Amino acid sequence: MNTKISKGRIIKSTLLNVLIWSSVAVIALILSGTVVCILAKGLPHITGELVTSKPSLLKGTVGILPNILNTLYIILMTIIVVLPLGVGAAVYLNEYASNKKAVRIIELAAETLSGVPSIIYGLVGMLVFVQFCSLGTSLIAGALTLVIMTLPTIMRTTQESLKTVPDSFREGALALGAGKWHMIRTTVLPSAVDGIVTGCILAVGRIVGESAALLFTAGMANEILGLNEAVMPGKSGSTLTVSLYMYAKERGDFDTAFAIAAILLFLTLVINISAKTAAQKLKKDI
Amino acid sequence: MSSSKRQVQFRLKSNVIELTGNHSAAKPKQKTAKIIESAMKTVFTFCGFTAVAFVLLISVFLIVSGTPAMAEIGLKDFLFGTKWASAASEPSYGILPFILSSVYGTFGAVLIGVPPGILCAVFIAKIAGKKTSSFVNSAVSLMAGIPSVVYGLVGMIIIVPAVREIFGLPDGANLFSAIIVLAVMILPSVISVSETAIRAVPKEYEEASLALGATKTETIFKVTLPAAKSGILASVVLGIGRAVGEAMAVMMVAGNVANMPELFGSVRFLTTAVASEMSYSSGLQRKALFSVALVLFIFILAINLLLNLVVKRKKN
Repeated sequence: MNTKISKGRIIKSTLLNVLIWSSVAVIALILSGTVVCILAKGLPHITGELVTSKPSLLKGTVGILPNILNTLYIILMTIIVVLPLGVGAAVYLNEYASNKKAVRIIELAAETLSGVPSIIYGLVGMLVFVQFCSLGTSLIAGALTLVIMTLPTIMRTTQESLKTVPDSFREGALALGAGKWHMIRTTVLPSAVDGIVTGCILAVGRIVGESAALLFTAGMANEILGLNEAVMPGKSGSTLTVSLYMYAKERGDFDTAFAIAAILLFLTLVINISAKTAAQKLKKDI
Repeated sequence: MSSSKRQVQFRLKSNVIELTGNHSAAKPKQKTAKIIESAMKTVFTFCGFTAVAFVLLISVFLIVSGTPAMAEIGLKDFLFGTKWASAASEPSYGILPFILSSVYGTFGAVLIGVPPGILCAVFIAKIAGKKTSSFVNSAVSLMAGIPSVVYGLVGMIIIVPAVREIFGLPDGANLFSAIIVLAVMILPSVISVSETAIRAVPKEYEEASLALGATKTETIFKVTLPAAKSGILASVVLGIGRAVGEAMAVMMVAGNVANMPELFGSVRFLTTAVASEMSYSSGLQRKALFSVALVLFIFILAINLLLNLVVKRKKN
């Protein structure tokens, strides 16, 4: 038997293999280069003063505490609103909806929402919440804008996890005399907790990384706000990403910008790891 | 058995006891239960349709605020005018520079970003071992999670000066830098969607090809990739959507001047046109910016439609 492969084929295969390996190498290089660059330029500038104060023109110091707090407030406000909405929508799609056309329309709407660029969310948020609802440029207007943006994320992950809940759970609950809502509350939702938590973490990731949608809705102020002030209309504040943009583009303060970038990189890593572990750990519980 | 399941069963049991043991009180209780049931159904239905309501909200607000300027300027002058001078004494509102910059920028990013992205997906799905592929996967999801302003910042500090030095330009903030940054930014979506598509190819195809004497690499390129064609195409369309919609990173590296696009010229995309003037605009200029956003929205809807067609064809 002749098992010899022609020389041309070997060369071609080797070449393609080299191509694959080199593109992996290039991508690895880009990612590691980006990470190293951010850490090298950012870490030295993360100081105690930077993360515990607000910027002061008088003293000429820079601080990002207001931005850290604003990011937390916006995450909190957005999740509080979007979580029940998104989970409710997923429950409707999976448990209640009987009309296939309605389901298709809702899923299509969610797909459309996840494709809309964040600058359009920012613009519509400005038109709807800042002007039409006269909330002013405020954290609450920013949070409401992000509710629209993160809704599809929560919907999709919850729905996927609801689909994996065995029908026998539902049948068992109904057979024991539970009403539909009772069944959802006590049987279906507890079994779908992995998807809900993963969706929340992914949504937090999107909120932390968002800037274009917040530029015209939450604004650019750098004042330290209490939680009670942050929920008031008209209280503007910039998150970490927006302030990074302002420091880099408007003020040319790259040291502070890289310090914020290093913090954001760290947050991204934490969010990615926790999303992964949440999906694995909570899944085993069913 | 986990504790949550036990709890569920316990609660269900107590419910049965209530239903069987309390015959006299059963009727009013059933009534409130029925009210709660129908109330919850309404609540869930409301939640279900919020996504639809949001899409309508966005469309209505964009159309209502975006069409007046188009009418005032004239659709033809607006879409095909080559000069944008919103702050001039005789303002001119032609957005062809933005449209073309967006199209060229996206095309360039796809041209540079997609081939290595697909090859990397091949590596993860077919060549790397379990540990390596899970590591590369985590790296790719980290890339996907990095905020766009961070990409913009790194582009500003590394790519812009590098482009200036290499090509001997007075300023490195131009279309080329934007293309490089966008190419990097679309990589994660291209890689992860392509990888899923490649993994979904039935093993029998590859086994048959290997049994016929093809090498592993030949099998990948002549059997696996053609079989995963539509999934890979979907990843490309997704990448296009990301590149068209990106605002902040482009704003930081593209120079932001409303020129007709040139590879080494400072340009403005549709997204950055909206972002850069919105904060201080007024009157017709402001309305024209809403119209730009409407055009961008229509672009995105068309891309979504294309994506749906690609995915649907895969299912058939």
